[in-house]
Amino acid sequence: MRLIICFILVCFSRCLTIFSSETHNKHTTNFNPGDFIIDHILDAHEWHIATINNTHISIPLPVIVYSYKQKKLYFFLSNKFHRGESTYNNLRLVTEGKLKGKIVEVDKYGNIDKEAPLPLDLSITKNVLEIFIISIILIIVFTSVARYYKKDPHRPPKKIASFLEPLILFIRDDIAKSSIGENYHKYMPYLLSVFFFIFFSNLFGLIPFFPFGANVTGNIAVTMSLALFTLFITFLTANKFYWLHIFNAPGVPWWLKIPIPLIPIIELVGVFTKPFVLMVRLFANIMAGHIIALGFFSLIFIFGAKHWAFGYSISIISIAFTVFMTLLELLVAFIQAYVFTLLSALYFGMAIEKPHHE
Amino acid sequence: MNLVTPGIGLVFWTTLSFSIVMLILYKFAWKPLLKSLKEREEAIAKAIEESQIAKKEVEEIKKNNQKLIQDAYKKAEEIIEEAKKTKENIITEAKQKAIEEANKIMEATKLAIETDKKNAIKEIKSQIIEYSVLIAEKILKAELSEQNKKEEYIKKLMNELNLN
Repeated sequence: MRLIICFILVCFSRCLTIFSSETHNKHTTNFNPGDFIIDHILDAHEWHIATINNTHISIPLPVIVYSYKQKKLYFFLSNKFHRGESTYNNLRLVTEGKLKGKIVEVDKYGNIDKEAPLPLDLSITKNVLEIFIISIILIIVFTSVARYYKKDPHRPPKKIASFLEPLILFIRDDIAKSSIGENYHKYMPYLLSVFFFIFFSNLFGLIPFFPFGANVTGNIAVTMSLALFTLFITFLTANKFYWLHIFNAPGVPWWLKIPIPLIPIIELVGVFTKPFVLMVRLFANIMAGHIIALGFFSLIFIFGAKHWAFGYSISIISIAFTVFMTLLELLVAFIQAYVFTLLSALYFGMAIEKPHHE
Repeated sequence: MNLVTPGIGLVFWTTLSFSIVMLILYKFAWKPLLKSLKEREEAIAKAIEESQIAKKEVEEIKKNNQKLIQDAYKKAEEIIEEAKKTKENIITEAKQKAIEEANKIMEATKLAIETDKKNAIKEIKSQIIEYSVLIAEKILKAELSEQNKKEEYIKKLMNELNLN
């Protein structure tokens, strides 16, 4: 019951934040749903909370940037850029065009220096901060759960442990044990960490207000990092049969390997497609969920621009659909975390599989 | 294009923070958690096994008890049977002894009676003889008072003696 109330509140606040943030757009410029959606999905150098009467309420985030041109590391808060209006340390935040959202070098005339290489941007962006928050929450939650078990392992789980224990057992028994086999122990820390990291990120992405709501797992950089973890762990733990199977697959006619190593090339491509698929699947699923929800809200403003009555009538449908979509996204949040973990486990299983001759 | 180009900064921070999270969770969460979960499972498995063993033991004990009870019943029956037999034996023996004793007593009594009878008869005989002598004396006294009768009688006696 409490969960349902929380959920309804979340949905409402989701609507409210977007309403409030769009009031600004509506008054000044024509509403552009494409920009609106992309702005919400992409990473940002500040955490925009709300816009009330043309005043933006946002948290400036630290910018850490290494300029190749100036050979200098800068560290300052993003409000020095004034949302891209001013130049600071000969650097500027681009707000339009191809380089939108990037920090670029500025020449002495105040124009964007197109010759200079883009500075290395290691800023604590919205997504980075969200990752930090998720990490802290993960550590707090799981160390407290672990402490609970340390006290007396024979006690049945209570409170949050009773919710997390089935998930942990599910990952151990149905993902790790069944896809990796006997030697599943060494992969457990990664599988558990990646599952809960993705699961928590997905769930927090559904909560629209600060300090949640960043599109972490719907960002390709994040999913790429996670997929690379899977790839490197596969490489590090793979046995010789795995490499043999790639470079000199047994049971394949020799003319498929020499002089043109056709099968090895295909196998090698396959090695890299696996994490690539992991990356794209998670990214696309979560991003799509955010786009659809935002699309429904855009409808309100598109219709509202014609006449206010249209806007109000369509808002009922939009909110109904968004509630439905959010429910669906709750499911997707779990499924995508599960799929990522399961496929990682399967790849690990393949990497340590012993050949079974008939 | 921005959407599908991974930003280096985000990749860097994700990798860094995820590694740290994984390390911390491994040390402080997954290791103790998995260990205690395993311990619990093992404890449960052990408890189940032990309970099954205990169950078997109980069943065996029950069987043994029943066997013991049955044996006890059998033994009791045997004892009763034996007791009955011995009782009968004792009774029959006693009867026989009694009979023997009775017979002995009877014999002794008979013997005593016989001797008593003999003595009695003897006595009676001697008494009778005495009485008869007395009577005969008296009669003879009375008879022989008359002379003729005296002779007659002597004659008669003589005849009788002769006849014999």
